[in-house]
Amino acid sequence: MTAQSGARRKWLDRYGSRLVQVAFVAAILLLWHLATTRWGVNKILLPSPLSVWQQFVDVIRKGEFLADLQITLMELAVAFVVATVSGTVVGYVISRSPYLIKVFEPLFAGIYSIPIILFLPLYVLFFGLGPASKIALGITISFFPVVLSTIAGFGNVDRVLVTAAKSMGASDWQLFRHVLVPAALPVVLSGLRMGFTIALLSIIGSETIASLAGLGHRIVNLAENMDMARMFAYIVFVIIIAVFLNTAVSALDARGKRQR
Amino acid sequence: MTQAATNTAISVRNVSHSFGEADEARHVKALLDTSLDVTRGELLCLIGPSGCGKSTLLNVMGGLIAPTTGTVMVGDKPVHGPMPNDIAFIFQENALFPWSTIHENMILGMSFQGVPKAERADRAQRALEAVGLDEFAGHYPSQLSGGMRQRAALARALSLETNILLMDEPFGALDEQTRMVLGEDLSVLLSRSKKTIVFVTHSLGEAVFLADRVAVFSARPGTIKEIITVDEPHPRKSAFMTSARFHQQRDQLYDLLHDEIRKSMAQSGKPKRAYEDQSSRAGPAA
Repeated sequence: MTAQSGARRKWLDRYGSRLVQVAFVAAILLLWHLATTRWGVNKILLPSPLSVWQQFVDVIRKGEFLADLQITLMELAVAFVVATVSGTVVGYVISRSPYLIKVFEPLFAGIYSIPIILFLPLYVLFFGLGPASKIALGITISFFPVVLSTIAGFGNVDRVLVTAAKSMGASDWQLFRHVLVPAALPVVLSGLRMGFTIALLSIIGSETIASLAGLGHRIVNLAENMDMARMFAYIVFVIIIAVFLNTAVSALDARGKRQR
Repeated sequence: MTQAATNTAISVRNVSHSFGEADEARHVKALLDTSLDVTRGELLCLIGPSGCGKSTLLNVMGGLIAPTTGTVMVGDKPVHGPMPNDIAFIFQENALFPWSTIHENMILGMSFQGVPKAERADRAQRALEAVGLDEFAGHYPSQLSGGMRQRAALARALSLETNILLMDEPFGALDEQTRMVLGEDLSVLLSRSKKTIVFVTHSLGEAVFLADRVAVFSARPGTIKEIITVDEPHPRKSAFMTSARFHQQRDQLYDLLHDEIRKSMAQSGKPKRAYEDQSSRAGPAA
């Protein structure tokens, strides 16, 4: 093998899979373009990618997305913080007792498997059409992965580490801070990431069903007015926001798990 | 105070221990009316069949298990819980905190024990040098071999500067060659530091090579059947391991243990052990 083809192979190893991913997205955009320009798909149902792009630029330039983005992010932040705090506290307390684990772990796992979004009409009746119902639903949905992973994380700390720390004279606080928390952290972080993802999903989802404002509300509103290109532009915007937030949360997750 | 008392590092009196309540199916009598004096500066090995209660006795000595009946004294203090200023433990494996480097592990251990901040780095360095790991202070446990991890665990225990080390099959998870080398190193360390060490092992060869005295346990409920003395100064060399005396003492140990191992195997069909002996590897090694 020549040196040149060796270097080529290295380059392919490194960027090959990225290249395929980019090509995949490009192919979809191309099909989309062909569908609207050549194959006669109705423009009212499916606007061309070019017009979506023009609308997207317009949305960004005018900054009209700001009010809706603020509302959605506020709902997400409040729901995630409340679910994180309550889920980790409740989960930690349960993890301290084998009896509580035996009672609550299967109970929470069972509730977690129910599609809680079904209760959205009830939440709207209780909390109204505004942000309160979205926040309440987001909390309910993301509480369960957080509490379950906290129970798993703190409930399965290697006993020899606890015994070793106690034999060296660790106080209860030192044991918690320097042994239990770092041992449980990777599992708890996975639960937080999961909780964040489904909070985002359920909040935007419920905005599209019954709401007064927010990105989900805006998208449905545009659809009802048949302003399809602008609606697609908003969908692209939401996808970008979601990818950005999930990447940030994943990076935090990976940081907490490094070196072990 | 009498001469005998001042020479005794740990004194165990009439200790019995059972796991579980008397009416439970999992009730196990691990230790029965055991008494033992550990002399200052000696290395005492506890050897016996699986599940005979030797690890239980070690944990009772260190205050990690409160015995059902009986008392343990360390010097003139009764043991009611962990005594980090007098006793350091070394476990079979994986007792290093995996999220911390070797250096951080040692600093953390010293902070648990209450060593002043200013002294910690110095002590860590000295202990790592003593076990030959000073170049690996910045490594994480997962980056080291099993033998190096146990050296690091030993260094963490040494940095606590206790007079007593309790070692629960510390080389049990290592291959035979590694454990022979670590055994020689431990013997060198012992000759320098005058620490009192109680060492649980499955290995007859390891017991004879390391111990000043070997306490042989009976099958469960365990008690000490006999104590044999190995009269060979530390540091012991590999030549000792090939000497006739070494083989004769190992054979003597095997004779003592043989019947107990049979008894223990006959018991092992029944539900057993809550705490004891994670494994039954080893056997007559070395």
